[in-house]
Amino acid sequence: MSLHQFTGRLILLTSAQARLIPDIDTDQIFHNQHLHITEVDQMGRHALGNLEGWTHFPELVQDGDVVVAGANFGSGSSRQHAVDCFRALGVRLIIAESFGAIYKRNAINSGMSIIEFPQAGELVKTGKWEHLNPIHVDLDIGLVKMMDTDETFSIPQLSKVQRDIMAKGSLLNI
Amino acid sequence: MSGKTVIEKIFARHTREEVAPGKIVWIDLDVISARDFAGPNVVKNYRNHYKDTPVVDRDRVFFTFDLTVPPKTIQYANNQQICREFAHEQGIRVFDVDRGIGTHTMMEEGIALPGTIVVGTDSHMNILGAVNCFGQGMGDVDIAFGFRKGRTWFEVPRTKLIRVMGKPRVPINGKDLALWILGELKTDRVLGCAVEFVGETVEKLDLPGRITLLSMITEMGGIVGFIPFNNQTMEQILAMNGMGECPAEVRADPDATYDEEIVVDVSGIEAMVAAPPVPHNVCKVSELGDVKVDFGFIGSCTNGRLEDIEAAWKILKGRKIAPGTRLAVVPSTQRVYKAAMDRGMLNDLFDAGAIISNPGCGGCAQGHIGMTGRNEVMLSTGNRNFPGKQGDGFNYLTSPEVVAWSVLTGRLNAKEG
Ligand code: SF4
Repeated sequence: MSLHQFTGRLILLTSAQARLIPDIDTDQIFHNQHLHITEVDQMGRHALGNLEGWTHFPELVQDGDVVVAGANFGSGSSRQHAVDCFRALGVRLIIAESFGAIYKRNAINSGMSIIEFPQAGELVKTGKWEHLNPIHVDLDIGLVKMMDTDETFSIPQLSKVQRDIMAKGSLLNI
Repeated sequence: MSGKTVIEKIFARHTREEVAPGKIVWIDLDVISARDFAGPNVVKNYRNHYKDTPVVDRDRVFFTFDLTVPPKTIQYANNQQICREFAHEQGIRVFDVDRGIGTHTMMEEGIALPGTIVVGTDSHMNILGAVNCFGQGMGDVDIAFGFRKGRTWFEVPRTKLIRVMGKPRVPINGKDLALWILGELKTDRVLGCAVEFVGETVEKLDLPGRITLLSMITEMGGIVGFIPFNNQTMEQILAMNGMGECPAEVRADPDATYDEEIVVDVSGIEAMVAAPPVPHNVCKVSELGDVKVDFGFIGSCTNGRLEDIEAAWKILKGRKIAPGTRLAVVPSTQRVYKAAMDRGMLNDLFDAGAIISNPGCGGCAQGHIGMTGRNEVMLSTGNRNFPGKQGDGFNYLTSPEVVAWSVLTGRLNAKEG
């Protein structure tokens, strides 16, 4: 399977009201008390460690899972840890209604795929996307396929910069 | 061809590609910096990928230590040491733990100048918009790449024009304005966009007031903000950086095309506060009812200038803060610290009961000035009140004036208690 195709599950970062949580900031994703960590593989266990209701995330997540969040995901600080902690856990795609600008760059530069998908909230609200649904993702054509029902959803495609950097693995290889 | 906005003009000076909103272009960077958080990660990335090849230009690459200064744990100390050793090998400059907040130091040192592009690992680099510089916070991968190549890719942001209308009926400060506008724009109106503010009330702001307002572009989700210079702005910049002259301000063309024009009416503004848990949870101090205050913090990149300390000093001199209440004052830079000391302000603040610390980020990001315990209330002049940002308690954001009035009685107050 190519880098751009993988199978996993939808992890919907929802509130108690079953809505995608907006404005999840970098301190909720990777708290500043762990910023002294510089090894990527040690970052995973702190992922979402300060997000109410989601501190069990590192135990829950599996290789290939797709994280889905609300608007303005990753606002706040410029810490790369907030992207790397997901990479450490095998997350390869984050879909959010929108992203904080710095977060978007950090993700792209380290080869993490991110997709801005404003419709995500509606799909969650109407139950079309459910937590832990198994899915197949094809980033080349921008498609999410639900493995249970074969239903498909189009998502936006990666930008050219994203593709270029992903092909090299990191901005640093350019 | 239609005219260009400020950010489009600054980009155009730094790339050979055509500049248009939404287009990704490669830009040359004037200055590339890293601070003590993320700095060691930059070094690590650099060493892994570029070994011991020299940085792009020794005079354009800097470290600024400001978050945990001096370091409070062995880990932080070692991290700073990693940066120092790298800097020494490379022959690049470190503004060390005594200097204060990196962005402010770069303005004072004349490193951030009108029309330039300055990046660093601080998400409030865009504060440099106050001196008409495109400052931008980036992660350690971006910065390591910049250290070596002196350039990066960037999506040219769309520009929103914010027309600030109406006259405040009471005296206000930069923080009131920043919070009011944040309350109007929240985090979605200017997300990912550059912002230009126009209108009498904003254009009248002095340099520290501009720094305050433009530092909170980050909390609005914006890329960077600009305010056209008034008669004094350039003089104030030159007074700050001690230079004889500066590059001229980059102004938007009169026929520049904006993505949207947003009108914000400030006539109802008064002393403002942002209640937890997010900075845009804004209201008037007078609307909030009785709030007990345990801890006041005056400082940060948003309100750590001499003028901010002076505003609090005017209120606190000759008085005592309420028993059981604590107040921390953290100047943004060494120079601010010295000026406040020379003018006797720190002495008076000390007598009023304040804890005064060396310059830096202080109370922000769990720095050295301390945090709140569970259920404690901190009234902070910083820019973020996210849960856990400054401790386990509740964090309210406001101006130095409101902090000063409030610590006198231990209750949230916008004037004499
Ligand atoms: S004062 Fe706070 S917000 Fe400002 S640069 Fe320092 S840590 Fe960041």
